Amino acid sequence: MSSTTADLLHDDHHDKPRGLKRWLFTTNHKDIGTLYLWFSLVMFFIGGTMALIIRTELFQPGLQLVDPQFFNSMTTMHALIMIFGAVMPAFVGLANWMIPMMIGAPDMALPRLNNWSFWILPFAFALLLSTLFMPGGAPAAGWTMYAPLVLQTGDAFPFLIFSIHLMGVSSVMGAINVIATILNMRAPGMTLMRMPLFVWTWLITAFLLIAVIPVLAGAVTMLLTDKYAGTAFFNPAGGGDPVLYQHIFWFFGHPEVYILILPAFGVMSQIIPTFARKPLFGYASMVYASCAIAFLSFIVWAHHMFTVGMPLSGELFFMLATMMIAVPTGVKVFNWVATMWRGSMTFETPMLFAVAFVILFTIGGFSGLMLAITPADFQYHDTYFVVAHFHYVLVPGAIFGIIAGVYYWLPKWTGRRYSEFWGKVHFWLSFVFLNVTFFPMHFVGLAGMPRRIPDYALQFAEFNMVSSIGAFGFGLAQLVFLGVVVHAVWFSKEKADAKVWEGAHGLEWTVPSPAPYHTFSTPPDPRLMTTEAHS
Amino acid sequence: MNPRAPVRTALKLLAMTAAMFGFGYALVPLYDVICDITGLNGKTGRIEQAAAEAQGPDTSRSVTVRFVTSVNAGGAWRFEPAVPSMTVHPGGVYQAVFVAENTRPRAVVGQAVPSVVPREGSLYFKKTECFCFTRQPFAAGERRELPVRFVVDRRLPEHIDTLVLSYTFFDVTPDEGSS
Repeated sequence: MSSTTADLLHDDHHDKPRGLKRWLFTTNHKDIGTLYLWFSLVMFFIGGTMALIIRTELFQPGLQLVDPQFFNSMTTMHALIMIFGAVMPAFVGLANWMIPMMIGAPDMALPRLNNWSFWILPFAFALLLSTLFMPGGAPAAGWTMYAPLVLQTGDAFPFLIFSIHLMGVSSVMGAINVIATILNMRAPGMTLMRMPLFVWTWLITAFLLIAVIPVLAGAVTMLLTDKYAGTAFFNPAGGGDPVLYQHIFWFFGHPEVYILILPAFGVMSQIIPTFARKPLFGYASMVYASCAIAFLSFIVWAHHMFTVGMPLSGELFFMLATMMIAVPTGVKVFNWVATMWRGSMTFETPMLFAVAFVILFTIGGFSGLMLAITPADFQYHDTYFVVAHFHYVLVPGAIFGIIAGVYYWLPKWTGRRYSEFWGKVHFWLSFVFLNVTFFPMHFVGLAGMPRRIPDYALQFAEFNMVSSIGAFGFGLAQLVFLGVVVHAVWFSKEKADAKVWEGAHGLEWTVPSPAPYHTFSTPPDPRLMTTEAHS
Repeated sequence: MNPRAPVRTALKLLAMTAAMFGFGYALVPLYDVICDITGLNGKTGRIEQAAAEAQGPDTSRSVTVRFVTSVNAGGAWRFEPAVPSMTVHPGGVYQAVFVAENTRPRAVVGQAVPSVVPREGSLYFKKTECFCFTRQPFAAGERRELPVRFVVDRRLPEHIDTLVLSYTFFDVTPDEGSS
């Protein structure tokens, strides 16, 4: 890109507005990334508070704190907020901040769309959270919104549907922007196979988003018309079928779980080479493995619904296809371990989170393989074993990926170093309490404790008490994280240099810290691409 | 780079988004087709009277057809088969009778939804006439016999000797809304 085009897209000389207007009208990828990340952090604490209400109720058997309807609202809202409000926006925030700097672009390709896709989110979640105060209560049919149960939702129902629509519009616009940026805005010399893996995994994630978010939008629209417009997509009395909803939902839902994890894979592939001081092992195989995972994610959806009654051939197909995902995922785990092998490893906070990610995500992957075995799944289905499984892939997977990325790039964003001591405190508290919370759930699940029920049989009491204690510990540990971030953004005195980490490679480390408001207004020297590629 | 290039990419992606929204809806007829082919959900077929009679009963074989009834949540019928089961010859046309009584003191409309197990057998269970083909209005407290004429196709696989025909009654009274 010539510098004149850059000027055309971005006038460096104007004064940026101050105060609220700066954030409302900003088209700067760094500002928007920051907005996304703060928004995500707020949602993380709201969703976390809901999780703690759940764990408080489950601290002891019996019904003591909340009524069952509200308990189910909490499980539903916790999931919706964590998935759509915390994890997805955090990854879009990281993408906004880092993708242009990693590929040597001056900004995202469609800056105004970028502004819009962020500012839809506060409205979407205001709609969703407002349902807590509505007659009939907040949605309580589970985040999967299965018909016909979800149709019994009270006044909250249309608000639930429209908030899902808005979140979907925001994600799709974000995805379009990411793809348009990566395909069009790479600096000369930044070929596809030189792109950092975070950029690669986000490119794949963005295509997944475009493929499946509209399907979710269709599914919830069908729910809406079933309830209000007399259609009968999921109503057998009118010729429909509730099982059809599950098929459509999981056609979205399974790729969605890779949307939640692929960008974390990307972050890991940036961090591990930096602190192992070795280039990433098997770069090309990482790219192909990510593509394979994305492809397979489209043909495994029915493993979420083995118990609905499916022909044996269908069960076998979905079981085997699901197990096949372990192959490319195994390639990735192997590559991360091989990158660390005989590296000069140091364990700064991002690396601690990255190593924990590799270990704990793999545990979650293994329990996923157990769930993939159809005959065994009939016992595990809808038990706490499933809860343990997806929390092991989402908390030390997606959430640790985000947190590791934040620690890794925070000095680049703020120009100040965070407190390494408190970062490590945050890590160890999170690591210990995460396992205290979720590991016992495997046992109670295998013993038959069902999900989404506010009471349980007495034999599950001890493990549930342990889980609840762990949950509060994990929650408190995140306040340490908040403290570290606030300190690093506003109070830290320790300046960070451009490179920040001794072993870091990549274009983002060639710009000063904090990264100036506009970076790469003129493209970087193409020679950098070869020396800095494949960090 | 052409400054319009990102816009062009975005428009292509927008078209993809629209197509995938349509694909979500296309899954509805696709699902019905797959159910028809595989017998999934035990959806039963329809056949013309003449075609059914043309088969002629295969008296060398007997198949037991059991009848199961249920009323969906929100409905208020007493709903039972007149006989719990029948023994039929494949290819023969038979009539079974169900009895439904509206226990509400007001008029209601019902819709019966059939299902046959085993799944494999449902492909061979065909009806020429059925009370489930149309909505059934009931006056307050009305009790009525509901007939179904069916034929079990002669091609029913040898290993199937029992079919279960189930009907669920749904309340579809206008303004009341179904469940």
